[in-house]
Amino acid sequence: MKTKNTTQRACTVIAAAALALMSSLAQAEFSDNVVKIGVLTDMSGAYSDLAGPGAVLAANMAVEDFIAKEKPVFKIEIVSADHQDKGDIAANKAREWFDRDKVDVVTELVNSSTALAVIKVSKEKNRIALVTGAGSSRITNEDCNDVTVHWAYDTYATGNGTGKAVVKQGGKTWYFLTADYAFGQSLEKDTTAVVLANGGQVLGSVRHPFPSTDLSSYLLKAQASGAQVIGLANAGADTINAVKQASEFGITPAQKLAGLLMFITDINSLGLKATQGMYLTEGFYWDMNDETRAWSKRYFDKQKKMPTMVQAGLYSAITHYLEAVKAVNSDDTQKVMAQMKKTPINDFYAKGGKIREDGRMVHDMYLMQVKTPAESHYPWDYYTVRATIPGAEAFEPLSQSRCPLIKK
Amino acid sequence: MISVLGMPLPALLSQLVLGLVNGSFYALLSLGLAVIFGMLNIINFAHGALYMMGAFSAWMLLTWFGVDYFGALLLGPLLVGALGLIIERTMLRRLYRIDHLYGLLLTFGLALIFEGLFRDQFGVSGETYEVPQALTGAVNLGFMVLPKYRVWVVVVSLTVCFLTWFVIEKTRLGSYLRAATENPKLTQAFGVNVPRMVMLTYGFGAALAGLAGVMAAPIFQVSPLMGSNLIIVVFAVVVIGGMGSISGAIFTGLGLGVIEGMAKVFYPEGSATVVFVIMAIVLILRPAGLFGRESS
Repeated sequence: MKTKNTTQRACTVIAAAALALMSSLAQAEFSDNVVKIGVLTDMSGAYSDLAGPGAVLAANMAVEDFIAKEKPVFKIEIVSADHQDKGDIAANKAREWFDRDKVDVVTELVNSSTALAVIKVSKEKNRIALVTGAGSSRITNEDCNDVTVHWAYDTYATGNGTGKAVVKQGGKTWYFLTADYAFGQSLEKDTTAVVLANGGQVLGSVRHPFPSTDLSSYLLKAQASGAQVIGLANAGADTINAVKQASEFGITPAQKLAGLLMFITDINSLGLKATQGMYLTEGFYWDMNDETRAWSKRYFDKQKKMPTMVQAGLYSAITHYLEAVKAVNSDDTQKVMAQMKKTPINDFYAKGGKIREDGRMVHDMYLMQVKTPAESHYPWDYYTVRATIPGAEAFEPLSQSRCPLIKK
Repeated sequence: MISVLGMPLPALLSQLVLGLVNGSFYALLSLGLAVIFGMLNIINFAHGALYMMGAFSAWMLLTWFGVDYFGALLLGPLLVGALGLIIERTMLRRLYRIDHLYGLLLTFGLALIFEGLFRDQFGVSGETYEVPQALTGAVNLGFMVLPKYRVWVVVVSLTVCFLTWFVIEKTRLGSYLRAATENPKLTQAFGVNVPRMVMLTYGFGAALAGLAGVMAAPIFQVSPLMGSNLIIVVFAVVVIGGMGSISGAIFTGLGLGVIEGMAKVFYPEGSATVVFVIMAIVLILRPAGLFGRESS
């Protein structure tokens, strides 16, 4: 009797377990019934204006819009953290998110040292990394992997667009002012190649610590070089101070500054008087067409600033990711990644965008010229679009790729 | 062309001058820290935030109230100094009886709060403050073109440093101050209002930071982070000069500005660390700092 009871009970337990398993299989293949997005960014440091809280807002907007439009059966959660521009903190946080909090995708990652550290962790843990803020072209070259997508821009694209335009305008001799870490070095290297390829000449470069407040010493070196163009291979607060101090020392307009990576928030902070006439390459400008204006106005209402290409790009990346999750009905890394690479990206940020084998999201970039104060008619009316650089031309061709995933 | 260590002389001289300009800021800031430490025995971690608020006060006075640079040069330090008085009166005063470390923690906390508030309001990119009309343009020194405004910074800062040193070391008021530092109880017994003196000292130190901030506004972007970028170096300056030594703070500030300037010429990658290497060496050889007195 006792044996029968035990057998019965065992059967019931197995049956219940099987049922539970079957129902979960029928539901979907979700690791924990929730898709968790981790926004890892610089919330308080030098890059917090161009990414930071604005990026978290864009991520939230993406999720809210996706839920309203697609009414998915799975739950979506966003977590965010401040990596303080430090690679070790970023890597540790990503590890904790993947191991303990079951985060499915880590994103944003402004500052290349943090991005390069985190994409290694996501490869090791087999989770997706969507890089929008960082610029180093190493992300899709030497350090590329099959779980990382580099979304908004890279140092090749911005250096290439601006470098080419400035050389064509007659700026043949260059001197670089470079932020001394992965990002600045990539930017200098990529732009040097473009300058040389277009018949220009590089006279030298100086590497300054990141971040630096006083760049006048370096600027004087650049001035002494006699180069026609001083290439600013830095970003954020460093670029802002360099532009300001170059005008203080009378270096501009005698020598031209080329901001190899500048964001609309930098222009806003410096003002048009100091930046007018500068060329820069962007992946996004809020005032391009009705679609970009509509999204950017919604963003502006909450953030009181117009979005940078990093923040708008993050919205685009997260939306594309969620659509892929819905399409394959799973948060499995390889399946989602395959779907993402298969589907073109068509939204307000990119038209006909495509994720390449090396993880590069290829889309059009825009060569902008900063307006003069007289040309600017309303708040944030800062750029004139001088040229649209087609994706294939804007980004480094696969034939030059140094990514081991690309078989040549 | 004459050259030194492979560097043309004019280029070297111009970097020396720039080092001197940065040194003036270090001197002014470390002077305030030294005055506060000498009198209150508190390491004022809020100094960078006070400097940042000095710069923002200049920007706000101009943008919101139309007060020009020279007005801000007077009002900015007064405002920041007044804030200093309030901090001393309402918070720091309560900590004198316990370990000095608590003062450090309190001021550190205050610095984070002030920076956070400004970051929330203005963002890290900050605001631009134009060089005042009267000081625009540049002087040609032969080996370099130096903006007039930078000359002005050196002159004002050296004057203020000298006056502060003079008041503390050579006047009756200064002797009261030094007496109160040496032995507060005895000084009080002689009828000197020591608590008020301590309060004014902190306010004065804060005002010095505010003054440095106003002077920095036209050169550096006025940003919530400007203080924390600078303050660590300034602490190193104070340690190298000798905690609480007035002349030590001034000379070390200028000297390290110049040394840092040289590092920017010969080994730019190391310019951010050279000050700390010197600090480590000084601490090993002379733990009380170059100008400090060994306590018995």
